[in-house]
Amino acid sequence: MTITLDSIGENKKVKVVSISGGWGIRQRLGCLGIHPEDMITVKKSAIMRGPILISVHGNQVALGRGVARKVVVEAE
Amino acid sequence: MKIVLMGQPNSGKSTIFNHVAGYKAVTSNFPGKTVEYTSSKVNLFGETFEIVDLPGTYSLTSFDLAELEARKYLLRNSVDIVINVIDASLLSRSLELTLQLLELKLPMIICLNMIDEAERKGIKIDIGKLSKILGVPVMPTIAVKGNGVKELFSIAYKMGEKKKIGKTINFSKDVEDVVTQLSTQIKKKHVEQEFNVPERFLALKYLENDSYFMENYKKKSNDLFKEIVHFQNTLKETHGRQSDVVISSERHHLSMNIYESVVLLTKPHTSLIDYLDNILMHPFLGYISLGLIFYLFFNLVFSVGKMVEEPLLDYFYRIIPLIGRSIDSETLLFSIISGIIQGLAGGIAIVLPYLFPFLFGLAILEDLGYLPRIAFLLDAFLHKIGLHGKSIIPFILGYGCTVPAIMATRILESGRDRFIASVLATMIPCAARMTIIFALVAFYISPQAALAIYILNIIVIIISGKILSRLLPEVTPGMILEIPAYHIPSIKVALAKTWLRMKEFIFIAWPLLIVGSTILSLLQYYKADMLINNFFSPLTSLLGLPLVVGTTLIFGILRKELSMLMLIQAIGTTNVIAVMSATQIMTFTIFVIFYVPCVATIAVLWKEIGSKRTLFTIAFTSILAIILATITRFVY
Repeated sequence: MTITLDSIGENKKVKVVSISGGWGIRQRLGCLGIHPEDMITVKKSAIMRGPILISVHGNQVALGRGVARKVVVEAE
Repeated sequence: MKIVLMGQPNSGKSTIFNHVAGYKAVTSNFPGKTVEYTSSKVNLFGETFEIVDLPGTYSLTSFDLAELEARKYLLRNSVDIVINVIDASLLSRSLELTLQLLELKLPMIICLNMIDEAERKGIKIDIGKLSKILGVPVMPTIAVKGNGVKELFSIAYKMGEKKKIGKTINFSKDVEDVVTQLSTQIKKKHVEQEFNVPERFLALKYLENDSYFMENYKKKSNDLFKEIVHFQNTLKETHGRQSDVVISSERHHLSMNIYESVVLLTKPHTSLIDYLDNILMHPFLGYISLGLIFYLFFNLVFSVGKMVEEPLLDYFYRIIPLIGRSIDSETLLFSIISGIIQGLAGGIAIVLPYLFPFLFGLAILEDLGYLPRIAFLLDAFLHKIGLHGKSIIPFILGYGCTVPAIMATRILESGRDRFIASVLATMIPCAARMTIIFALVAFYISPQAALAIYILNIIVIIISGKILSRLLPEVTPGMILEIPAYHIPSIKVALAKTWLRMKEFIFIAWPLLIVGSTILSLLQYYKADMLINNFFSPLTSLLGLPLVVGTTLIFGILRKELSMLMLIQAIGTTNVIAVMSATQIMTFTIFVIFYVPCVATIAVLWKEIGSKRTLFTIAFTSILAIILATITRFVY
């Protein structure tokens, strides 16, 4: 069973397994430092199914729910 | 000598640029596109340099229009040296762009900016070691304070003369083998010469499936294409992932390795700023602070504007009767002169007092780093109108001027999003329309009525957004947005940015204002304005407005500020309430806010979303304006 980023609670740390999307989304996530094998900490979840704020390599990135759903992770 | 600044967004690139070039900078478009770069000629060390600030890019792929254009610029324009500006606190991610720049084999130096921030976070960088690994000089700076900037350019100058190129850093052996094989094939067929790039760079781009280079190749039926696919598959088989993922992973690992070998992590100093986000991005407090900040912002703009507007306007309108004493007011000369003065009055006394504080406040918020946080807070709501969080940035810019707002829609990834955001941004009342709302409605009716108009405007935009998203039901790609650290903005840089954005208004709008004003004066002199007014009488009578308003509406298309100015001229007095009733004022204002965008906006729309969609926008806004104004007439 795959766990995706949007189901991870606040202040939890996870490792990226893969990104289930096309070249475009892989590129854009990659640019901001999100690749397979990277560690991500979930900082906040916006209300009303809004975006998720994560911390990766010392930087904060906001991901929309749909995007977070494409990031397959495993718990630390 | 041409020096180009390249770096990721929020690296402080523009701060460095403004330090040396600032007030003399000129924004230009890449040929044929509306992606902009700023450049300036500067005198340093007794020489003249051309310094170019390219848009911030995370990498050099073709996925993003700004990145593609930046890359094309580097390859085409005889650049003498590249200064790669890096946020030292984000070294590992920044190195990914650095590695790609090294692949281009252009003379380069590195500017390690914000080292004070890095130290505060407990990141200590061995600059000498980094310089050795990359093969280029690394200069530390704190751009906001101006530290190290002179030394930076001094070294850039020296390296530019020497044409110093950095090292080629190889990936892991098996991947590098494939790259070398493809490079050899490319060199054999002389393909790299066509694009004027190093062959290893081209090989990497092909393996990354870069659309610009691949598109250009599919047109020629050459067996190189087969080779490319062959090598892509080789990587796919040996690594179990698509070749583009393999290459970007390699680059990522390389960046991480370099980072780990030059960085020493120590204990960070936390300060109050780190806790700011607990409030500003809080699920409840965040929205309250947002509302508060918006309220304060607009209040500030309004109060500063009003304070400056009244005395200035007074001054101008006293001049006209003075001139009337020396020149007969019935003459053509008088008409022309009063026309010119009214045009000047409009520009200086009506728009500028509001535009300047708005743009300045926006520059401060921008440099502070608050704008992406607004996108975060409002993303869920923007989804309701079929867009996502980033669209808020064009909308906010729209309150200043629609032209940069439309250009800012570039940050949205899908064409459909850019179209909807552009149409909606056009409906947001820009500074010109804002002055009409304040000077007419707030002044003659009440501030509450003015607020009501803003709220109505937002409601109409939401409904229009919903309608447009229904008509174009593409799924919007999700938001991926960097939330940068807060930075204390530099007043000097904010002023420089404000000046740059105001220049467009001053050098284009003022002449138009003056010319338009003079033409209206002439029309009145020759009584030709009656012709135009009669032509528009069906419209003006539908809206219940005085007949003379007809010409005003035409001039409003030229430049929105003109509507207010022309209205005063057309009805013959600044005391509007004497001639028009409250209902008429409301109807006029609502019509003017929503109808046809100004000529400058139409020009930008034409370039950004195409002719058909621009015509749709014009029709849509005009019909909307007529409907709303008519309803106002009967309801208010």
